[in-house]
Amino acid sequence: MPVLFPTTVDEATTALAAHPESMLLAGGTDAMVGINDGHHRPGATVISVNRIADLRSWRHDPGAGTLTVGAGVTYTELMHHSIAGLVPALAEASRTVGSPQIRNAGTLGGNLGTSSPAGDGLPVLSALNAVVHLAAAGSTRNVDVNDFMVGVKRTALEPGEIITGVTVPVVDGWQGYAKVGVRNAMVIAVASTCVVVDRTRRTIAVALGSVGPTILRCPEAESFLAARLDWDSLIASDADQAEFGRLVSAASQPITDHRSTADYRRHAVGVLARRLARRAGAAS
Amino acid sequence: MSNEIFTLHVNGEARPVRDSWLGENLLDVLRDRLGLMGSKGACEQGECGSCSVLVDGHLVCSCLVLAASAVGQQVVTIEGVAPVGTPSDVQQAFVDAGAVQCGFCTPGLIMAVHDLLERTPDPDGTEIREELAGNICRCTGYGRIIDAVQQVALARRTDRSGA
Amino acid sequence: MSIIDRPTSTGPRHGALGTSPTRPDGVAKVQGTFEFSSDISADGCLFGATLRSPHSHARIVSIDLSAAWKISGVQAIVTAEDVPGQLTYGLISQDQPVFASDIVRYVGEPVAALAADDPEVARRALDAIEVTYEVLPALLDPELAISGEFDPIHPDGNVIRYQRIVHGDPAATGEIVVEGTYEIGMQDQAFLGLEAALAIPDPGGKGIEMHVATQWLHEDRKQIAACLGFAEEDVRLVLGGVGGAFGAREDISLQVHCSLLALRLGRPVRMAYSRAESFLGHVHRHPATIWMRHHATADGSIVKIESRMVFDGGAYASTSSAVLINAITLAQGPYRCANAVVDGWAVRTNHLPCGAMRGFGAVQACFAYESQMDKLAAACGVGPLDIRLLNAMTTGDVLITGQPVLNVAPVEECLRETDALPLPDEPVGGHVRTDGSVDAMKLPGGAGRTADAGDIVRGIGWGVSIKNLMYSESFDDYATARCRIEGGPDGPTVFLKFATAEVGQGFVTLAPQIARSVLGIDRVELDQIDTQVGSAGSTSASRQTWMSGGAVNAACELVRSLIFEHVAALHGCSAGDLFIDHTDVVDPRTGRRFDVAEACVGVSFDETAVYRHPATSEIDENGQGNCHTAFAFVAHRAVVDVDPELGLVKVVQIATAQDVGVALNPLSVMGQIEGGIAQGLGMAVMEEIIQVDGVIRNGNFTDYLLPTFLDMPPVVATLIEQPDPLAPLGAKGVGEPPCISSTPAIVAAIRDALAQAGIDAPLNRVPVRPGDICLL
Repeated sequence: MPVLFPTTVDEATTALAAHPESMLLAGGTDAMVGINDGHHRPGATVISVNRIADLRSWRHDPGAGTLTVGAGVTYTELMHHSIAGLVPALAEASRTVGSPQIRNAGTLGGNLGTSSPAGDGLPVLSALNAVVHLAAAGSTRNVDVNDFMVGVKRTALEPGEIITGVTVPVVDGWQGYAKVGVRNAMVIAVASTCVVVDRTRRTIAVALGSVGPTILRCPEAESFLAARLDWDSLIASDADQAEFGRLVSAASQPITDHRSTADYRRHAVGVLARRLARRAGAAS
Repeated sequence: MSNEIFTLHVNGEARPVRDSWLGENLLDVLRDRLGLMGSKGACEQGECGSCSVLVDGHLVCSCLVLAASAVGQQVVTIEGVAPVGTPSDVQQAFVDAGAVQCGFCTPGLIMAVHDLLERTPDPDGTEIREELAGNICRCTGYGRIIDAVQQVALARRTDRSGA
Repeated sequence: MSIIDRPTSTGPRHGALGTSPTRPDGVAKVQGTFEFSSDISADGCLFGATLRSPHSHARIVSIDLSAAWKISGVQAIVTAEDVPGQLTYGLISQDQPVFASDIVRYVGEPVAALAADDPEVARRALDAIEVTYEVLPALLDPELAISGEFDPIHPDGNVIRYQRIVHGDPAATGEIVVEGTYEIGMQDQAFLGLEAALAIPDPGGKGIEMHVATQWLHEDRKQIAACLGFAEEDVRLVLGGVGGAFGAREDISLQVHCSLLALRLGRPVRMAYSRAESFLGHVHRHPATIWMRHHATADGSIVKIESRMVFDGGAYASTSSAVLINAITLAQGPYRCANAVVDGWAVRTNHLPCGAMRGFGAVQACFAYESQMDKLAAACGVGPLDIRLLNAMTTGDVLITGQPVLNVAPVEECLRETDALPLPDEPVGGHVRTDGSVDAMKLPGGAGRTADAGDIVRGIGWGVSIKNLMYSESFDDYATARCRIEGGPDGPTVFLKFATAEVGQGFVTLAPQIARSVLGIDRVELDQIDTQVGSAGSTSASRQTWMSGGAVNAACELVRSLIFEHVAALHGCSAGDLFIDHTDVVDPRTGRRFDVAEACVGVSFDETAVYRHPATSEIDENGQGNCHTAFAFVAHRAVVDVDPELGLVKVVQIATAQDVGVALNPLSVMGQIEGGIAQGLGMAVMEEIIQVDGVIRNGNFTDYLLPTFLDMPPVVATLIEQPDPLAPLGAKGVGEPPCISSTPAIVAAIRDALAQAGIDAPLNRVPVRPGDICLL
C-alpha cells in the first residue's frame, strides 16, 4: 500500500530514504489544498508521520530552560495550558489559526515544512530563535529557524530529512503575537508580528509575517527598544513605542497582492509592534 | 490510476474502499466510494466546514484528510450521530429553532456542535462563535443556530441537575 | 375575502398561518439524508466537465480534441457545433452562447464539455484539449463602452441598456446641495450547494429528464429545450435539493452542457462544479459607479435628485437590463422627491457576466442614496435619523417614475421602531472581567488580538431602503399551484403541487400552513417539485410568498369551495355562508359546526390555480410609468466598533424594523432577516470578487471572505405588521430588504466612529477595506 505509517523517527527516515520521491504528510491542511485543486499530485508514496508518538509529544527541560515540541503536535495541543504557560506567544498564535477543524489537524512541523511567510507559528519561532531538529536515515542535525526558512515556501530541508521538532527557550519576560486579517476569524495573515522581551538577556526580538519572502527580523528596532526599555517594569515611553513601530515598519518588505497592499502591510506591522510593546509594559 | 484497496472504520463499521487513488480526500471517499452522502463539500480548502467529521474523536475537515491515511482510525460522520428518524438533541434543536434553511452547511455544523458541547458543555455566546467559526452558513446569519446551541446546552444542564 | 378577514375563536392553531411550524425537510437536513442535486446519481452515469476560456477576450483559432480523445475513459466531447437547436440563451436577450465558437468574451466562458468514466479522467481530459487563441484587446472600462470608443465586443453592442428618468422640474434647485461618487464592488452569491445536475436521456433520445438545483424550473426548461431543439414538454425538470441560490441560479449554468452530453451518449451524465469553477460558472452582483447629487431646502427636505449610474454587466446581458431599472427607479430611496434627473447605463465589458443577486440593483442604489442622506444631514445640521424621518415616504407618495406607492409604506414606523430597540448593553470589548481583562474575541481583529479596548471607537449608523417586489415593466408574472384532497382511513390529506423552487427560504414550510388555514386540514404533503405543473416563476425578487403563496391560497380556496358545496349538499345549508374555523366548517346561520376531516370522507377534489398580480407598465423615454408591482420597506441601525489605526471593524449589533405585512411564519421571517443582514454585512466590509485584467484573483473561500460566526453580530428585530391589502395573504416578501440598507448602515457607523476619533473618512466604496479607513 502506498501510504506508509512509521511509528518511530527511524522508521520514517528509513522509509524516506527508500522512497525519496514520497510526500510527507502530517495534518494535510496545506498539502491537501494543493491536491484537491489539481496543482499537486502525491506521487507514488505517502509517508504519514501522524503515528510517530515522539512527534506528538512535548517536553519541558527546566534545567536548560527550554521547551521541545514535536513536529506532529497540533495547533489545538499548542494551546494547551502546559505549553501556553511556558511559551504564551505560541499558544496565542495557535489560537489565530483557521478554525477548530484546522487546529486539530495542522501541526507546527507542517507549518515549518511549508514555510509560507504567512505561517502563523513561524514569527513566534523566529523571535525565539528556535532550533529546528531534523533527522535523516542515520543522522540528525539542528538548524536555527531563521536559517531554516530560506524563501517563499522554501526551506533548508535536505533530501531524506524530516522535521522532528523544535526547541524554544522558556523566556523570562513577556511575549505576544498579533495577526491582521480582514475578517474576525479564519484569515490568512495579511500582516503579523511577534515580540519577545527577554528580561534575563535584556534583549528584544521582533519577527514579522506576511511582509517579506520569509519571516523577517528587525535588528534595528530590536536594539533600539532594548536600549530604551525600563527593564524592571518593561515599560517604554509612548514616544519610544512609536519609534519602535516606525523602525519595524521600515524593516518590512511587503508586496501588494489580492489580499492587501504593501502600504497597508507596512503600516500594520508597525502598529502591531507598537501595541505589543505597550502590552509588555501593561502586563508587568 | 491504481485500484486502491484499504479499509476505513466509519461509524463503527469496517468499510473496504476500492477504486480510490492515492491523493483522494476522505470526503470524496465517503461520498463517492462509500455512499455516505451526508457530508458535503463546498470549498475544497477546509474553509467552510461543510465536510466536518470526527477522526479519532477530533473534529476535522474531511476534504483535507488523505483518505488512505485514515486507515486504523475511527471516523464518525453525520450518519453516525443518530439513527435515521431519531435525531440527536442537537439535531432536533436545529430543526426546532429554525436553524436550518437550505441545509447544506447543516451536517458539518451538527458535527461541530456535538464536538463543542462535548468539550465545553456550557459555552457562552462568544465561545460558541469562536468554536463554530470554522463553519460557514450563507443562509441563516447564524442567529438561530446560536439559539439552537444554547437551547441544547440549557436542556442538558437541566437534565444533569435533575430539575 | 382573504383568510385574514375570517373571525377565529382563538389564535391560529399550531401549523397554520401566523405560527412557526418546523420545516418538513428539517429532520432530513439535520441527519444528512436530504438529497441535494449534488447527491443525486444514477446507475451507469458518467461525469461531465467543462473547458473554459483562460482569456477575457480572444478569437478561437482552433480546437484540437485529439489528445483528449486518446485518454481512456473519455466518452464524449461536445463543442458549439454540437448544439442542435438555438446556439445562444439568456433570460432577457439570448445573447450568450452555449459554447463559444468564434470569440470568447470572459475568463471562464465555456468552450467545450466532455463526459468521462470518472471525474479524475474528466479533469485530465480537459487539460488535454488544445485550444489556440488569438488574444484580443479587452474592454474593461465601462466608460469606454458608453463613449463608443471601443469596438463592439458583441453583435448586440457594448451598451446593454440605457435609460433616463426625468421627473417634475429638472431645473429645480435647493439651497443645500450635496454630492458624491460611490462605488460598489462585485459581490458573489456564494451559495454553499455547488452547481450540480443529473441528466437522464429518454430512450430514443427524443426527450430528457434533468434533476437540477435552480430557481426557476420552467425558465430553465424553456432555454434548455430551445438549445436542444426539443419541444418544452419533452424536457422534464425535477428540482434537486438546492443549497442556497441568492440569484446565482436564475441563469442556467451547466444545464444545456449536461443535457447535450447525456443525449450524445444515451446515458445519464452528472455534472458538478468545484468552488473555483462555481465562481466562473454563475453571474455575480453588478459592480457599479454611481454619482449622485441631492438638492434640499435648508431644513433638509429633498427638492431634487440627480444621478448617473453605470452598471458593469460583464460579457453577457443576463438580467442587467432589469437590474439597472431597479437601481434608477429606486434612486430616490424611500423618500419623497418631486424632481429628478437620472441617467443609467448597463454596459457590456470583458469582465465576468453579472446578473441577479439578492437586492437586484436596489443594493447599489441604496448605498449611494443613504450615503447621500448622511451628507445631507451633516450639511443641514440635522441628525441622521431626523433627516430620514423628515423625508420619509408614506402610502400614496410617488416615485420618480410617477408611480404612486399604493402598498402600506410604513417608513416612519420602521425608523421609529428601529430607534426604539435597545442599544447593546456591553461596552467596547464586552464587560470587563474580574481580572481586569476584556475578551479579545469581542474586539475588532478577533482571534488576531490586534487591539486593546482603548484602541477602539464605537459608532452608530442608519440605513433605510425601499425594494420592489415581484417583476416589473409589464413582465407576465404569475405562479401556479395545484391542491388536491384525498380522503383516507386516517382522515384526509391535502397534497400540494407546485414548481416553486425551495432554495432554503422556507416555502415548503409556508405552503402547508396556507392549506391548513384555508382548509382546516392538518395533514399536508408536498408532491415532487417539477415541471409537471405550471410555472411558479422564479424564486427571486422576494416574490414567492406573494405569488406562489397566492397560487396555493387560490388553489386551496377552489378546493374549499368544493368542500363547502359538499357540506351544503349534505347538511342543507348555503355554501356561500360557510367558513372554516380551525378544523371545522361553520354555518353562521345555525351555528352548526362540521369537522372538516369528517366532511372530506371519501372525497377527491383536485384544483389548479394560477395567481397573477395586476399588470405593470413599461416606462417611457423619460422613465415615467407604473413599472413596479409592489414595495417593501425596512430600516437598519448598525453599531460598529472600529480600530481607526488598523482599519479593522467588528459589527456589534444590527437593529432593524422591517415592513413585512403579516408574519406568516415568524421564525422563517427572522431567518430571512438575519441571513440577509449577513450578506449586507459581507458587502459592507469583506466581500468582493477581485478581477485584474478580467482575471479573477480570489475565486476560492480562502480569499473571497464570507462572514463567519465571529463576524456576524446579534440582530434585534421588530416586525412591522400592517397587512398589505394588495397582497393575497397580507404578507410582503421579506428576503431582500435585509441585505439592502444594512450595508450603508454599517458604513455609516464606521464613518461615525471615525468622526469621533477626529477622522473624516469618506468611505465612498464598498466593501470598505482596512486601508480605506486608516490610510487616508
